[in-house]
Amino acid sequence: MEKVVDARGLACPQPVLMTKEALEEVEEGIITVLVDNVASRENVKRFAQRMGCTVEVLEKDGVFELRVVKGYTCVLPHVQEASEKAKDGPVILITSDKIGDEEELGRLLMKGFISTLREATLRPSKLLFMNTGVFLTVEGSPVIGALQGLEGMGVEIYSCGTCLDYFGLKDKLAVGQITNMYDTVENLTGASLVVRV
Amino acid sequence: MRSLDIPQDPHLLVGLATGDDAGVYKISEDLALIQTIDFITPVVDDPFLFGQIAAANALSDVYAMGGEPLMAMNVVCFPTCKLEMEVLEKILAGGLGKVKETGALLVGGHSVDDLELKYGLAVTGAIHPQEVVTNAGARPGDLLFLTKPLGLGIVATAIKGGLASPAVAEEAGSAMASLNREASRQMRKRGVHACTDVTGFGLVGHGLEMAKASGVTLEIELERLPIIEGVLEYSSMGLIPAMAYENQESFRSYVDYVRDPGELEILLYDPQTSGGLLIALPSDKAQGFPWPCIGRVVKGDGRFRVV
Repeated sequence: MEKVVDARGLACPQPVLMTKEALEEVEEGIITVLVDNVASRENVKRFAQRMGCTVEVLEKDGVFELRVVKGYTCVLPHVQEASEKAKDGPVILITSDKIGDEEELGRLLMKGFISTLREATLRPSKLLFMNTGVFLTVEGSPVIGALQGLEGMGVEIYSCGTCLDYFGLKDKLAVGQITNMYDTVENLTGASLVVRV
Repeated sequence: MRSLDIPQDPHLLVGLATGDDAGVYKISEDLALIQTIDFITPVVDDPFLFGQIAAANALSDVYAMGGEPLMAMNVVCFPTCKLEMEVLEKILAGGLGKVKETGALLVGGHSVDDLELKYGLAVTGAIHPQEVVTNAGARPGDLLFLTKPLGLGIVATAIKGGLASPAVAEEAGSAMASLNREASRQMRKRGVHACTDVTGFGLVGHGLEMAKASGVTLEIELERLPIIEGVLEYSSMGLIPAMAYENQESFRSYVDYVRDPGELEILLYDPQTSGGLLIALPSDKAQGFPWPCIGRVVKGDGRFRVV
């Protein structure tokens, strides 16, 4: 059985209260909640997850459709897909342009590390560069070639946008893409293995 | 306001420029006037308590500048066809009680008929021109204090939804109704460098105003943040005011998380009604200051760091 809760045009905490009521009325089933602002979307999602439900969010023309699944133990197809994707190679998080504290040695080690990555048995799925790590993905980096090679092999390369901004390097990016904190968090938390260098 | 041409004047010690809490006008060498107004929609069900909270909230701007209130006027929007006049009487009684507590005088007010209830005060305060406390004086090395617990906006949302427990509602209510007077007096005795009151933009928003105005970065220790007990229960249930998300959206790019804030993150952005003072004290005079130390001021360029 499927219910629809239309909470469009309503302010917090009304959509949450309506979702609460609807969830209390069913043993198990899917409830679709319609909201039209980000705060309500986040609040209904929090509430439903807190109640142990699975939530899927779709957006169409400024309206968010939250499909709240109560009681079923089966996994929604896209959730399964995501968890399988996470079984890909590890995500590597690089937060410095060197490995360890000693300047010169550290830079050599980092160069060696990135150049050797292509030979890893379990090839990384993503490289995330943050803080001074972004010096490795911009013009003048000693590992641009190696990184472009990895990209060619299907490894996704992301540099933190805030960090590029901070160092004034945004137009100097030479490999991969710019990413934000949301995607970084998704990438890290969705990974089955994160290696921090 | 940015598009408007606001006149400047040598007597105006604090104006709009730094997003401070009130305007300050120098009358003479030893007297300046503080002018502020604030009015709000109800955050609790009890009208008397709401009156106290709205008044404490309005008076707080004077205390944040380091001054003392002299006179106040009621500002009232009241739906006469929806609510009994008795409700208004209780609100005004609550407000008057707070004004009296400060030693200031209630000298009048103005009311209009409106669809939604709103109440607050316009307040005039006094201060010595040399002792005005703004949000612009924080220096690296200062310690930061917060004088009321966070989570007041979330509790207000839970109250609105009828889901707040009486104990939590009471704790939040009494925090909101309490004056920032004592904190203001204590900080002045200790040579405060900067102060602001934490209201609608949350700890991050008002903290960033201080950081930017002072040309520093604020470093906040998550574990030291005072929060209303039980508030995380409500935030996990999605009882979070929309403005918390708006604040998060506006300020997130100025916040650096050195550690994962987890479920505490939203509290940093939670809009506070009648929130506490955020105070930067020189570290050598901060010993024994009777409110929680939540972090420190470091060198930087107007950012908010969470450690």
